[in-house]
Amino acid sequence: MIKGAFPAFQKFGFFGFIFSTEWNPTEGREAYGAMPFIAGTVITSLLALVICFPLAFSTSLFIAEYYRKTKIANILSTLVDLLAGVPSIVYGLWGFYTLRPLIAQLGYPGQGYGIFTSGLILAIMIIPYATSISNEIISMVPNELKEAAYSLGATRMEVIFSVILPNARSGLVAGYILALGRALGETMAVTMLIGNANIIPTGLFSPGNSMASVIANQFGEADGLKLSSLIAIGLLLFAVTAIINAIGKIIIRKFA
Amino acid sequence: MEREAIIDGKDYTNWRELKNKLFFGTVVVLSCITISPILLIVYKLLAKGLKQINFDFFFKVAPDTLQAMTAVQNGEVIPGGIANGITGTLLLVTVASLIAIPVSILIGIFLYENQGKKYANLVRSLTDILQGVPSVVLGLIAYIWIVKGITHGFSALAGSVALAIMMLPLIIRSTEETMKMIPISIKEAGAALGVPYHKIILKVMIPSGFSGLMTGILLSISRVLGETAPLMLTTLGSTTINLNIMKPTSAVPLQIWEFYNNPNMIDLVWSSSLFLMAFVLTLNIIAKRISLRYS
Repeated sequence: MIKGAFPAFQKFGFFGFIFSTEWNPTEGREAYGAMPFIAGTVITSLLALVICFPLAFSTSLFIAEYYRKTKIANILSTLVDLLAGVPSIVYGLWGFYTLRPLIAQLGYPGQGYGIFTSGLILAIMIIPYATSISNEIISMVPNELKEAAYSLGATRMEVIFSVILPNARSGLVAGYILALGRALGETMAVTMLIGNANIIPTGLFSPGNSMASVIANQFGEADGLKLSSLIAIGLLLFAVTAIINAIGKIIIRKFA
Repeated sequence: MEREAIIDGKDYTNWRELKNKLFFGTVVVLSCITISPILLIVYKLLAKGLKQINFDFFFKVAPDTLQAMTAVQNGEVIPGGIANGITGTLLLVTVASLIAIPVSILIGIFLYENQGKKYANLVRSLTDILQGVPSVVLGLIAYIWIVKGITHGFSALAGSVALAIMMLPLIIRSTEETMKMIPISIKEAGAALGVPYHKIILKVMIPSGFSGLMTGILLSISRVLGETAPLMLTTLGSTTINLNIMKPTSAVPLQIWEFYNNPNMIDLVWSSSLFLMAFVLTLNIIAKRISLRYS
């Protein structure tokens, strides 16, 4: 991969490539920079994480604390597991035909394409990963600690915030970091919803492009320098996800 | 029993109870929101896709644009189906499994047999990294290795290699976990009878961990079945049934992408998505059943 990406780095310089905001395939004035896509990837993924957090956290509280080991928790966790089994392209379709018109109806510009819609669909896609890790971590909190808090007259909510959360904090953080790693590399659903504009997104509802989606979108007509630039973007994406996953794994190992 | 919580002369009992109830309510509501997408997706697929599922759907290749357009204009069901995609997906997954399963089971057993050794730890870390690599990047790698290097053109082989790389870490991890669960006494009994090492692995370890291995394999297959992005970069797609691994091949997810880009085929999008999802979920459920039965 490094070999394939070499021409692009050679032409524009390593940092020049990363920080350049220009993406111009016109012959003779070709210029490729990765910044718009890096920005798009980071913003959509972080947005996904922000949306995912309250949902996944409450679901895992529901499954691992409030209704622990009951039938309803079982059903819920099966449904969440199913969410993980839905192919990325089906999410994209559903987002395109259900979510996008909904957001367009709310009166935002750009027919509902853009950063927000992709972040929303990414959030749904990473919920199962975040939830299943949180479930395990939350159910690992020792019962004695919780009982001690109850015996002092704490309400359930107080137990959650003053016993479970501090005990599970690093595990939860690691779980969300791993979920973030998933979101960074998602391709199809984002490609179908982000609007495919090669610019740095200007707002929450602005169209953009992510690293994975630009590869999927432009690969078909790419050759020469453009192909090399796309491979370079792939290399960057690989590096970013590998680092994020390594951080998550290290935190989990420390916790375990 | 009345609980007292009087601080600075103010009674906080009710306030705390109320907060507690409100929080519980929020948790329940948010949990319901979390699971609503899966129900909505399944409902949408069933509502839109069911009418296209018929005999032809499984046994005919995709129609061309003109056929689809006329059918839509006449308000009929679009003729043809996704036979080229189904055969393509089966071909891709078969080749990918042939590549991935033996290699990853061997690596998994290697990791199990060498717990705590330096080289094994390195391999394990690399497996972890591989698991986090986005599928589109794997598609790029397969493009550079196979499309550029071996087949000099888009090919099913390249797609299979990309899928195989995706399957590797999943099967390696599940193999290692399964092997850890097998009681060591079984292995020792074999060794006590003088069975050579390779036969212990083939005749003792693999059969006794078979259900675990099977679960891992099925789950990894269900993971790669729905992959679209790496296939776009490697197998490209094809309008006819192709079983030659050196030629471009279609696949169900690729066909969904093609239908999605063609406004005349909109009905086929839903039915092929329904088919793909039913396929993936069935495999998933079978895998979970196997692991439940034997654990």
